[in-house]
Amino acid sequence: MTLPAEKATPRQAAHAATIPLVEMRAISRRFGSKPDPAARISIALGAAKPPAVVHALDEVDLTIRAGEVLGLVGESGCGKSTLGRIAAGILPPTSGQFLWKGQDRAALRGQALRDADLAAQMIFQNPMASLNPRMNIETLVAEAPAIHGLISGKRTDYVDDYLRMVGFDPTMKRRLPHQFSGGQRARVNIARALAVQPEFLVCDESVAALDVSIQAQILNVFMDLRERLDLTYLFVSHDLGVVEHISDRVAIMYLGRVVEEAPVEEIFSRPNHPYTQALLAEVPRIKPGKRKFQAVKGELPSPLAPPQGCHFHPRCPFASERCRVEAPKRKTIAPGHSSACHLNDQPTI
Amino acid sequence: MKPLLDVRGLVTEFPGPSGKGLRAVDDISFQLSRGEVLGLVGESGSGKSVTGFSLMGLIDKPGKVTAGQILFDGEDLVAASPERRRGLRGRRIAMVFQDPMMTLNPVLRIGTQITESLHAHERISRRAARARAREALAMVGIPSPDERLDAYPHEFSGGMRQRVAIAIAMLHQPDLIIADEPTTALDVTIQAQIISEFQKLTEEQGTAVIWITHDLAIVSSLADRIAVMYGGRIIETGGIASVLETPRHPYTHGLIRSVPSENSRGSRLAQIPGVTPSLARMPDGCAFRTRCKRATEECHARPEQFGTELSYHRCFHPYEEVYA
Repeated sequence: MTLPAEKATPRQAAHAATIPLVEMRAISRRFGSKPDPAARISIALGAAKPPAVVHALDEVDLTIRAGEVLGLVGESGCGKSTLGRIAAGILPPTSGQFLWKGQDRAALRGQALRDADLAAQMIFQNPMASLNPRMNIETLVAEAPAIHGLISGKRTDYVDDYLRMVGFDPTMKRRLPHQFSGGQRARVNIARALAVQPEFLVCDESVAALDVSIQAQILNVFMDLRERLDLTYLFVSHDLGVVEHISDRVAIMYLGRVVEEAPVEEIFSRPNHPYTQALLAEVPRIKPGKRKFQAVKGELPSPLAPPQGCHFHPRCPFASERCRVEAPKRKTIAPGHSSACHLNDQPTI
Repeated sequence: MKPLLDVRGLVTEFPGPSGKGLRAVDDISFQLSRGEVLGLVGESGSGKSVTGFSLMGLIDKPGKVTAGQILFDGEDLVAASPERRRGLRGRRIAMVFQDPMMTLNPVLRIGTQITESLHAHERISRRAARARAREALAMVGIPSPDERLDAYPHEFSGGMRQRVAIAIAMLHQPDLIIADEPTTALDVTIQAQIISEFQKLTEEQGTAVIWITHDLAIVSSLADRIAVMYGGRIIETGGIASVLETPRHPYTHGLIRSVPSENSRGSRLAQIPGVTPSLARMPDGCAFRTRCKRATEECHARPEQFGTELSYHRCFHPYEEVYA
């Protein structure tokens, strides 16, 4: 089988080792309505409250190197999907700098911007909502590459190749999305993202809605494609088991901030941040024998009014006065391992 | 000792397109003692939720329990009158559902919803009912329960709503709680809180629990025994350690190995080929045979329960009892 995406030499040039594929510097993203002029006057006069603003991302630094799988973990509402969307280039950050292969993405224009857009693709969470119910599988997969002029031979051959690559029977490509199960739809979603020959895939909870046996099949598809097409992944998930399985590096998010980042073995064997430790302690594993669940107290605070200082301090068993006022900076504590916790400043006991 | 719950050959059918009954629950048998936790595990469409609804007597028409017995404390619930079942439901058998937003009435205050269940089963003054409701909320760890009684469900987070649902289920100190994926919609830390709440309550009150889930990991740390469902049948059941460490049925075996774990990092996961067939296309004989690599001619016949009442499997070609 000849595939246009299968190139003889690895896609990444020699300097790729030094320049990361994606580099985010102090990326913030806020959501909220802009007050109109009349409202602004009444706010200035103190007659109205300023509109509520959600701080979805708060000065996040993150680097993704070519060829690696970065797992992004956090509870719902922590901003991991927002970060995924920004990484895929479909949502602009409110402030901060987003470098794509060393170039500022906001400054890209014309063909360079289109190339960057195509090279980063996103696979969405809900495979039913993200496939147009009125388009058949072939149209869904072929639409984008046809528009971008990526199909050199026959359209059906091009589509068949990509469907086969994800383990989807091409003879069924004339059918509509609702005729397929969740697992099959997930495969179509992956094929559609791959059809524009991307280098970087953002998978936002791509296996969350699937049954265990189907989840295993899809995870295997991701692993195979990575080797075959030399892909880089940002794998967003709340499932630590899945992330541990597929990732090279893991970043843990809490309420709009990345609190810890480390290689996968490191984070699972030596978690540093109290939140990471709590999270890992609660992952159920297949290990017969009853065990007591020691839950972290409280719930994720609202991103409308995040706590002062370290966002985790109201739930943290080790919180001190300093944590209540000063937000900790993320510091390197071991090679490749960084964590944002004031405890690391104290001499170890 | 007589078991609290003894289900024998239970069949629940829904009419199919051709008039033929589709068996969502197909001849299942299991037992449960007081204070025991049974994990009922299966993938979507395996019939685990329909089993829960059948036990509660909540199967909607045109669905129907068409065969078998549900012996609850010696009494056959299948033969019991609707009035009798209503008297038991909520009082001696309670259920906690997956989505707490769907099970709480959005236009009633939390306090009203809790006391409603008390008034339905007991002659109790409003004041006493309110005190009991307050107690129930405090028991599941809801802060400032007095004020919370007057709140509406939308003012609660998902984890808090599930606590309310558990509080309602625990109100009458039932003998049996059927929990249908109670933590699936919740985050890991909240899930741990709910499970620890459950563990505390069942230990203190000796309640038996059927925990319906697709998550083997939760079951492994919570349950005493496990029953694995596929295609409407219990294909394997037994003590938690024996089933998870030495699964006999190829489906159980495959299911356990397809869960990502610390050992699987960087390698391919073992996968079960294909998908669960729909009820209308369930193969005859062993339902799993079309996806099973051990299947032979023999599997066209329906496998019986091999083993004892408490620990059995339904497979002609099981894995050895001990393997490395």
